[in-house]
Amino acid sequence: MNYILAFLFCGFVCLIAQIIYDNSDLTPGHIICIFVVIGSLLDAFDMYDTLVSIFHAGALLPITSFGHSLTHGALEATKEFGVFGLALGMFDLTAAGISSAILFAFLIALFSRPRS
Amino acid sequence: MPFPISGSSFQLQNVYIESVATSAGKLEGEGPIGNYFDLVYHDNYLGKDSYELAEIQMIEDALQISLEKAGVIQKEIDLFIGSDLNNQITATNYFSKRLERPMYGIYSACASVGQGIQLGSLLLENEAMERINIFVSSHNACAERQFRYPNEYGIQKPITSTFTATGAVNILLSTEKSKVRVESITLGRVIDMLQTNPNDMGKAMAPSAFDTLKNHLKDLKRKADYYDLIVTGDLSSYGKKIMEVMMEREGIVPKEYNDCGCLLYDSTQPVFQGGSGPTCSGLVTFGYLYQKILQGKYQRILVLPTGALLNPVMTNQKQSIPCISHAFSLEVV
Repeated sequence: MNYILAFLFCGFVCLIAQIIYDNSDLTPGHIICIFVVIGSLLDAFDMYDTLVSIFHAGALLPITSFGHSLTHGALEATKEFGVFGLALGMFDLTAAGISSAILFAFLIALFSRPRS
Repeated sequence: MPFPISGSSFQLQNVYIESVATSAGKLEGEGPIGNYFDLVYHDNYLGKDSYELAEIQMIEDALQISLEKAGVIQKEIDLFIGSDLNNQITATNYFSKRLERPMYGIYSACASVGQGIQLGSLLLENEAMERINIFVSSHNACAERQFRYPNEYGIQKPITSTFTATGAVNILLSTEKSKVRVESITLGRVIDMLQTNPNDMGKAMAPSAFDTLKNHLKDLKRKADYYDLIVTGDLSSYGKKIMEVMMEREGIVPKEYNDCGCLLYDSTQPVFQGGSGPTCSGLVTFGYLYQKILQGKYQRILVLPTGALLNPVMTNQKQSIPCISHAFSLEVV
């Protein structure tokens, strides 16, 4: 059942993105930003965690989860550092993703030669 | 002046095509008219380090073949006119380092082949020069990167996209009599119908092609069926439909109408609405249609290369796309 729920939710998010892309002049970059902001807002109202508990990976996989992690980390850090926590904790939960993106980009750049 | 302008058109008497040569990319070579090209490459780099260098090599190859066909050496050419799609017409300017004769670099995006022929024809017609060489080139990978997205970016392309043709076309014009001549030209004006989507060029360019066609017929007092064939440059299948509707509304009924972007590729090839780029109209007109003229299938054709004069910076500032179309007609002598 978890698999089906995850599939349905993740697919639903992608479906919305595809509908927006097909029917507007927005670029994929715009759409990604919109989804990050949506995820972030949902988390600010404590709704994204509910989605994760129902749909599991289906809610964690799409880019909305990145917005959720950003806000979640920031809000978490405010408990310790007050307002400054918003800046300090912003990348707490996403650090692994961002670091690995940098690392793999570096490794691939070492072994390939961009000619385009 | 022996042949004055009427409206925005000139009728010419002594401009002849001495030789033409085409070099084309892999996809163009696999297309329905692939057999008509002089040279077809099988990879995008041509063994060079970058796409730009590959594009320069394509121009070089086309020029050499053209000179060999005509039996002319470079020193006998009075002027080179070149154009391509890259910023600062890179391929043209960097290629021209190798030339010993004067060079004009021009730019009208995909209508460049029309502009080059017009400029060359006027100089020849007025007996200022005897032999002028025109070359245009474009490379899909260079153009995509510059005007749309990086090549590595696996983006879904909208259905209205067109595909920039890869290749180079070389046309040697001269005042010496030959089998085919440039009969008339109509200079285009910039038309902007406030279309802002860079992925839908056909829609933006169709009105400019139509404007030039209308001016041409009016200036020279001709009916559309005077020509055996009227071709537009790179409106692609969607823009072609718009053009057909506009012609129908104005009561312009050509004997045969087609679009180079639709002729260059097969509908099964991954090119969306069809080809674009200065070489698209060049390859079809001087690769395919020119052969058909020599074979006697057509007596007179009118070519309307269309160009979207967009600039990526202005597109990002949400400015609309100005378009132009420079027409010329070819006739059997």
